[in-house]
Amino acid sequence: MKKIFTQFNLALAALAVATAAHAGNITVKGSDTLVILAQKWAEVYARKNPETKIQVTGGGSGIGFAALQNRTTDLANASRKIRVKEIESCVKAFGKRPTEYKVALDGLSVYVNDANPVQNLSLEQLEGIFTGRIKNWNQIGGNDAPITIYSRENSSGTYEFFKEHVLKGRDFAATAQTLQGTAQVIQNVAKEKNGIGYGGGAYGSGVKHLKIKKDANSPAVEPTEESVVNGTYPIWRYLFIYVNPALDKDEVASYLTWIRSDDGQNVVKDVGYYPLPANLRK
Amino acid sequence: MPQSQQSKRSIGWLGLHRGHKARPLEWVTEKFIFLVSLSVIVTVFLIFVFVLREALPIFLGTANSSAVRPVIPPDQLDELSPERLASYLGLSKKEVAETDRETLQLLMELKVEAAAEAPDDKDAKVNTTGWRYILFPYQWTGYDKARFIWQPISQIPKYNIIPLLVGSLKVTLVSLLFAVPLALGAAVYVSQLAPPKWKEVIKPAIELLSGIPSVVLGFFALVVMASFLQWLFGYESRLNAFVAGAALGLAIIPVVFSIAEDALTSVPQSYIQAALALGSTRWQAAWKIVLPAALPGVFAAVVLGFGRAVGETMIVLMASGNASIMSWDVFDSTRTITATIAAELAEAVFGGHHYGILFMIGTLLFVVTFVSNLAGGFVMQHLKGRLEGKK
Amino acid sequence: MTKRFQRHKFDYVSFFCTGLTGAATFLILAILAVILCNVVFHGWSSFSWRFLTGGTERDMFSVENAGILPMIVGTAVRVILMTIFVVPIGVITAIYLTEYAHSTSFFTRIIRGAVNNLAGVPSIVFGLFGLGFFISFVGQNIDAALHISEPLWGKPALIWASLTLAVMTLPVVIIATEESLKAIPSGLREASLALGATKLETILKIVLPQALPGILTGTILAVGRAAGEVAPILFTGAAYYMAHLPKSLTDQFMDMGYHVFILSTQSPNIEQTRPILYATVLALLLLTFALNIVAVLVRTRMRANMRALQ
Repeated sequence: MKKIFTQFNLALAALAVATAAHAGNITVKGSDTLVILAQKWAEVYARKNPETKIQVTGGGSGIGFAALQNRTTDLANASRKIRVKEIESCVKAFGKRPTEYKVALDGLSVYVNDANPVQNLSLEQLEGIFTGRIKNWNQIGGNDAPITIYSRENSSGTYEFFKEHVLKGRDFAATAQTLQGTAQVIQNVAKEKNGIGYGGGAYGSGVKHLKIKKDANSPAVEPTEESVVNGTYPIWRYLFIYVNPALDKDEVASYLTWIRSDDGQNVVKDVGYYPLPANLRK
Repeated sequence: MPQSQQSKRSIGWLGLHRGHKARPLEWVTEKFIFLVSLSVIVTVFLIFVFVLREALPIFLGTANSSAVRPVIPPDQLDELSPERLASYLGLSKKEVAETDRETLQLLMELKVEAAAEAPDDKDAKVNTTGWRYILFPYQWTGYDKARFIWQPISQIPKYNIIPLLVGSLKVTLVSLLFAVPLALGAAVYVSQLAPPKWKEVIKPAIELLSGIPSVVLGFFALVVMASFLQWLFGYESRLNAFVAGAALGLAIIPVVFSIAEDALTSVPQSYIQAALALGSTRWQAAWKIVLPAALPGVFAAVVLGFGRAVGETMIVLMASGNASIMSWDVFDSTRTITATIAAELAEAVFGGHHYGILFMIGTLLFVVTFVSNLAGGFVMQHLKGRLEGKK
Repeated sequence: MTKRFQRHKFDYVSFFCTGLTGAATFLILAILAVILCNVVFHGWSSFSWRFLTGGTERDMFSVENAGILPMIVGTAVRVILMTIFVVPIGVITAIYLTEYAHSTSFFTRIIRGAVNNLAGVPSIVFGLFGLGFFISFVGQNIDAALHISEPLWGKPALIWASLTLAVMTLPVVIIATEESLKAIPSGLREASLALGATKLETILKIVLPQALPGILTGTILAVGRAAGEVAPILFTGAAYYMAHLPKSLTDQFMDMGYHVFILSTQSPNIEQTRPILYATVLALLLLTFALNIVAVLVRTRMRANMRALQ
């Protein structure tokens, strides 16, 4: 009897603590491409503002958007633009369009094994490979070996961005192995000499970044800060954070402002993405 | 005291006994105990109900995921009746009443924008959550023939679950192929053939295997086993059904082992002693006498191992490659039901089609494991009854 | 003994088959040994007191700075919360099943069936249940009842993860408690009743204290099982990164098993973070093994005591 009583009291106390004022808690969910960046931002910001508590979860841009619509997150990280259907669900959930903030630039890299003789590919060849139309390396100037494709889980914004912009909306080949994060993609490509994969530029060693040609006649461009910022690298994209306009005040707003300030953008470089050009900050 | 009066006093309602003095507090406490134990039944029931609830639109066919719908221009907002508006916007009538006009206008504008975004595709009108598309192959645009495709994130989401079922089955069968011979062999050895002292060391050691969390086994499969097995067998995909099945086999060995071993040891010693007295070796006694006698228990062990393997998530999530290929080749990457749910659920909007489909395969999984557990439990009870009857 | 009754002809089949099954046994043990050695070998170098008590304020992916204290705390807190929920319910149910229920009554059979089935439900279905019931139904209704505009209870949180795990480990506690209750000789109960105690008094004052080791075993086993589970907490509360420890029931939490999953699949540089991964696996294994060994020891002692009683 005593045991039950003390347990009950404990539970009541816990409930009281739980419903106490929830100051300074920012939930961030979404893109795996952004997750290391988000974590680094949270880390650096927490050192300067210890009262603000930030919790970061990855899993994919889709997860961020779903959480935004389910109102289980404050900020949604995304490596692709929001869709109209998702805006619709957001409006149904909280009555307004979510505010979009550009927070960094990324050059989507295509990775092949270091030992692969292929140095550059055009967008069209990439489309052929990843939709399964081109099945062998010798069709594109490599060795006579079947191509092993590594892709991302479909919750990934990288997956959707690649599908939309490189595959022009077509489906990935059914044989594409879907891995959980870009790091896994790189790890597998590093071990598989006939492998090819794609992912955010911030990851990895042990693999080669391919130079990409816009079409068969253009020069092949390597992803560097310059080529990504001025747009000559064909597969570049903005990285976004979406937020419910009603929540965009106090801690959340100052966090977002900090991210887009020079301080926050310096962190971007450390992680391996490319900072916003000066005219887009603030 | 007359018999009837005595029985009325000592046997209470629903088998709850009272002492020779019925105290109200005690009676309340005993009823409370009964209610709490009902909670177990309620929980199983709740699990089924709430998982089914989210999947209901799919089961009933009321979900419609077609990308093309007739569009009503936003300036006609005021001319629409509340019911028409509600069904057009996908809201309930209450929600329409609660939303202000500006937001409703915004939603209608968004519908126009969505229609503009809709793909130029012959399949855009298809309701891809219909059972015909979930279970049967279909030739989607851009494919050369009718195939089973699971690609839920797409302009036109494709929800065919057959590759997932095949994947789960493949991995489970491989794991049973690994685990059953090893676990049964070990069970026979430990219970019948090994010196009795060894049993006290080996049994806990094998049960130590069950103490390894499945995420650790998945990690081991991903990092160590995948490379090793690829070096050994030389197949193409590093992560495939074979690797996942092998690791899964490790996970179910303790389950199959302990139940089979229990069944083998509960065969009455008299059987074994009689056989030995007649001149058989230990192995012959085990193979010809004990194993047949314990067959129901061994069978139950395999069935429960199957149930456990079908439901395992982390190992297949990390080691199977997660490619929804429709093939029976064990050296191909594969996507299972459990890994699909684990990987895709966080990404599905509450109440959306993808969400419903994932809960639908979750329900399927629950039913399969429920049935297999029922079968296993049934057989075990039967076995207990038979042995107790014989004793 | 078999040697004396050996036939003149050596039975090759028996020898071979005995060897085969023995080989199966030792193969299993060998694989177990390989896994353990592999983990210890690779993980020992990064395993240190600093590792166990360090936090995530500095780079959680760098080998020198990484610490897993938040993960250990997260795992510990959710497991403790789970215990608070599961032990009372499990013990009460076990008491009902052994002390009060007729073994052939309809309700008893259903309850036992439900316990067995709950034990076999896949862990991901528990995750679905946590999402579909606790978060979507209970959590959102609490938010509606308390008129909270932004979801506080209706999103992944520590409390929902703990409740989901409590449901998952309920059968473990029930079965272990039942086992220990059954082992208590009925003579004890009868003596107590003969001396004038009511049934409830007997249970509370005589039977339960005797069954305490069994309840403890059950609890430890449940804790060991729950500490390693990742699938149920994937969408009910685990976070990839938090700069602080979970402070309230509605916070998310970091977790050791989830961290193993993240490091294996989503770390920024898999080769570089491998030592951290191995060290975390080592920590997790040490925890679950320690719990299992303690449970086995308690159970063995309890069985010895019971035998002594009889």
